[in-house]
Amino acid sequence: MKKYSNNRSIFTVVFAGICLLLAACERDVSDEVEFADFSNNPEVYIDGFSAGLEYLPFQGSRLDAFSVDTEEPYEGTSSMRFDVPNFGDPQGAFAGAIFPDYGGRNLTGYDALTFYAKATKAATINEIGFGNDFGANRYLVVKNNLRVTTNWQKYIIPIPDPSKLVVESGMFWYAEGPEEGDGYSFWVDELKYEKLGTIAQPRPAMFNGEDVIQQSFTGSTLQVTGLTQTFNLPSGGDQTVAAAPAYFSFSSTDPDIARVDESGQVSVLGTGTATITAIIAGVKAAGSLTVESLGDFVPAPVPDRDPATVISVFSDAYTNIPVDFYNGFFEPFQTTLGGVDLEINGDQIIRYTQLNFVATEFKNPTIDASAMTHFHVDIQVQEAIDAGDFLEIELGDFGPDNAFGGGDDSSARVRYDSGDLVSNQWISLDIPLSEFSTLTSRSNLAQIFFISDATISTILVDNMYFYAE
Amino acid sequence: MMKRERLKSIKTLLLPLLLFMVFGCANDDTQRVVTYTELVMHDEFDVDGAPNSELWGFDIGTGNNGWGNQELQYYTSRPDNVRVQNGVLIITAQRENFEGSQYTSARLLTKNKFEERYGRFEARIWLPYGQGIWPAFWMLGADIDENPWPGAGEIDIMEYRGQTPTILIGSVHGPGYSGGDAISKEYELENDRFDTGFHVFGVEWAPEYVNFYVDDVLYNRITPDDVTGPWVFDKPFFMLMNLAVGGNFVGPPNQQTVFPQRMLVDYVRVYKSTIDN
Repeated sequence: MKKYSNNRSIFTVVFAGICLLLAACERDVSDEVEFADFSNNPEVYIDGFSAGLEYLPFQGSRLDAFSVDTEEPYEGTSSMRFDVPNFGDPQGAFAGAIFPDYGGRNLTGYDALTFYAKATKAATINEIGFGNDFGANRYLVVKNNLRVTTNWQKYIIPIPDPSKLVVESGMFWYAEGPEEGDGYSFWVDELKYEKLGTIAQPRPAMFNGEDVIQQSFTGSTLQVTGLTQTFNLPSGGDQTVAAAPAYFSFSSTDPDIARVDESGQVSVLGTGTATITAIIAGVKAAGSLTVESLGDFVPAPVPDRDPATVISVFSDAYTNIPVDFYNGFFEPFQTTLGGVDLEINGDQIIRYTQLNFVATEFKNPTIDASAMTHFHVDIQVQEAIDAGDFLEIELGDFGPDNAFGGGDDSSARVRYDSGDLVSNQWISLDIPLSEFSTLTSRSNLAQIFFISDATISTILVDNMYFYAE
Repeated sequence: MMKRERLKSIKTLLLPLLLFMVFGCANDDTQRVVTYTELVMHDEFDVDGAPNSELWGFDIGTGNNGWGNQELQYYTSRPDNVRVQNGVLIITAQRENFEGSQYTSARLLTKNKFEERYGRFEARIWLPYGQGIWPAFWMLGADIDENPWPGAGEIDIMEYRGQTPTILIGSVHGPGYSGGDAISKEYELENDRFDTGFHVFGVEWAPEYVNFYVDDVLYNRITPDDVTGPWVFDKPFFMLMNLAVGGNFVGPPNQQTVFPQRMLVDYVRVYKSTIDN
């Protein structure tokens, strides 16, 4: 009796197996090559943490921003509740966390992370996505500015290329601050990976779809940015997410001139022009980076003053003071673009383009240069010098109140006319601080301006420091 | 006893498996929902260039009020808008300024070239997508010049809104049931879309019914009892295929709509009705 029964079950299984083999429409490689070591559990949070899931808040986040809420489930018995703090909350200025499964999961069989969400008021969640593991974040995906309403709605965050997620730890993450100063709460439920089959028409992009042309030099490195993947959703609208470089395959039209690695970092190796493009899963990304390498770069002279006599604002030769920015993008009158955009053989260089005026600001804290005698800067004008061209350097001091305005500020400019300037070569300026005649104090220095009133468009700047001699 | 039971269990297992083997494949060309099998006309679009002029004519321009629907495109017969290439008919909607319109596209029809009463009419089509994109494969009563719409009758084998890429619409229009009052049904694909591969769209039309199917799914049957007016489907009809842009059925394209958009037709086949014509 028992034997019969056994025979039957073996026979049935074998027969079913044969039939299944015959009947399957398509059999692709992944059916046979099994990544059996990693769970393909699609569930992240349904009515509780899925197996292996952890909660790790960001540094600076309110630690209790996340809780399990049994009062407000979309479905089942509970949902994830996120309490975004008010502005200035001493326990944390924002809400943010990752929900990893460090066992790793195989998500190659899914095409999206989906969930239901609602909020106490219509709000815009700054960042929400997956692939954040507090490690390399190799396959990071962010939906920026996800708008949620007071009603439960389903949201779809597409996976840019599911074939990459063979072992992914970062199941879910988010970061959200107060809305116009006010905190609020939002809920997430039925958080899981799905094979929707209804998201399609991928349209990846680099540099947000722009064809960027960048002049550079041998030895410099550039970074591909603005990497996105866009899918058309079954609702008809598009969903665009920021996608990590590892989803993309980059290539260069001339690797002898510019080479690109899998992190999207471009190394300029020779003189000439090369174009960097990218694809995801066979689909070419819109946008490109054309590198026009001018060849070998002559760096500014390396400073050799004793660091004890120097207050450095921007130099690889010294330890720099804290700087708030190298370009304030002051609206509406400033046209100047750029900042610390060049890194050539490890040396960081500022490049300003479309210059009319631009400020470097260092007010946290301001610096006391009362013991200093000179201001040094190396400048290279990257264009022909015309008769009317000029460049002014202005120093600004915030006065005893250590803040802009207040009636105690002072500033002064030193002017260099076309005869003082040289095209495409470094000029090293050592300006006695006494020449800044209307700078009545330099105990609270906070600003350095370069001003050309658009007579000069592109300059390189290096080694800004004060020194005493 | 034991043996009998085993045999029975194999049989119960075998039948569903065999059924799965036959029907399990998505987008299978094999139609199991139709009864007419005698091919009377077909275009496989195997000759590159312009479509076969013995079978297909064109509507050109903007018609009357955007072909009655406030459609935005200008129809042409230029290769930019319609051509046969690599075994498929390609109808391309372009965003361009042309003769006062913002978009161009194409509309093909078999009027005065192929008109048939009853039968099975089907086409294998890869649809475009996006807000404001409106492709269709449909039929009009061949007496339309003497018997204006909706009196002539209309059978919409496939209509689709580019903003709802999972939903197909099949309809009939006639006197008393036209436009927004057409007798209509939607069919939604599960876990798939119409713009990611070819699908077969068809009707089987007999004196007492029009059956609507997509791939191997029969999703609607419309009979004289279903229409709220006279049944006007007992006379020859001709076929149309077009890719409209905008119009009151879909609304205008928006910034997310990608152009050009292409409707690919692998074949059009008509099978003779077994009813004596």
